[in-house]
Amino acid sequence: MDNQRRKFLKIAGISALAGIGAPALAKLTSSSAFAAAQEGHKAASGAAHGAADPSSIQYGMVIDMRKFIEKPEMLDRAIAACGKVHNIPEFPPEKKKSEIKWIWKTPFENAFTDQSQAHLSKAVELAQFPVLCNHCAEPACVKVCPTKATFKMKSNGIVAMDYHRCIGCRFCMAGCPYGARSFNWEDPRPYVKTYNPDFPTRMRGVVEKCNFCGERLALGLKPACVEACEGSGAMVFGDLNDEKSEVRQVLEKEFTIQRNASAGTKPSVFYIV
Amino acid sequence: MYNKGTIIPGLILFVLILTSPIWFNGLKAGDLPKPEPTVGVGKQCVLPVQEMRDTHMQLLNQWRDEVLRDDDRSTVVVNGKKYQKGLQMTCMQCHTNKEKFCDTCHEYASVKPYCWDCHLTPKQAASKKETH
Repeated sequence: MDNQRRKFLKIAGISALAGIGAPALAKLTSSSAFAAAQEGHKAASGAAHGAADPSSIQYGMVIDMRKFIEKPEMLDRAIAACGKVHNIPEFPPEKKKSEIKWIWKTPFENAFTDQSQAHLSKAVELAQFPVLCNHCAEPACVKVCPTKATFKMKSNGIVAMDYHRCIGCRFCMAGCPYGARSFNWEDPRPYVKTYNPDFPTRMRGVVEKCNFCGERLALGLKPACVEACEGSGAMVFGDLNDEKSEVRQVLEKEFTIQRNASAGTKPSVFYIV
Repeated sequence: MYNKGTIIPGLILFVLILTSPIWFNGLKAGDLPKPEPTVGVGKQCVLPVQEMRDTHMQLLNQWRDEVLRDDDRSTVVVNGKKYQKGLQMTCMQCHTNKEKFCDTCHEYASVKPYCWDCHLTPKQAASKKETH
């Protein structure tokens, strides 16, 4: 009896060891598996950091600051046009924390925080730069959204918002390197001056931002801000992946800078300074 | 059974209180709502009336997802007339009175859809019209 039990325990122990050890041993020694794992990693990182899919549309914009410095009132018109089309509230100065910004004005040092040039030209130093959502090719806000309320639209590259899904966690506001998102701390409706009957407002507790006028593009119109500067060439809008598009023509000719390009989000808004 | 005298009347009282809403309403569910569709522009809805009554909420969700998430803003054609997919833009063009149309049934059924947290009713949209 005793002898049998001793035998049984020995066999059980050895099989247990073999069972645990064999897969690990097989994995370590097989060179093909190792190579495959490395290749997989390479492919994944290539997709994440490589060039964006050139066959799809990526809308983008070139902002010519020379034109805006010449005619600063044009920027006010562009901002007003955006506000009117999208029912954006205007809060009084004492409620600045509730401010909702889709496109707004900021000086050079705030717009281009990573460019620390000394002795800027007076014109640039005093200029108000139009800033808006950059509709990045690799948007950080989309990566952190827990509900997919903000997402990259496949058909046109716009970083879109689905307010029905937004839970107001504000992760996207922390993720965005451009401060292009605003939170509705209170009901915006009392502060909307005139309603555009074809566009909704937002409610308290959601994050909002520029949508590159997705609803206007669908109707064949240009974004409201671009339309407000029509004819001046101050804002040029189009597909960045289309070599023949107007934006690409401008980008080929002029030297442009992007806001915070080192953040690696591949912003789609370019500035001629 | 111990304390038969208190337990049985107590149980009867409990059941009576529990079912009191039924007795108070006299076994009726109240007057049926009569929504006023106020049809104006197209005369015919995107789906037959009965289907709209049953499934308008699914249709609205489907439109929302198609437009917002898939950028599919293709139009819906009824009787040769094109409609965009949209609650505020399309539905409310014909059904111009949310209070007399949507609310009648929703209040009766105690349904509280959150559409109007963001979307403007025709009345609200008209309250702050552009003046010039």
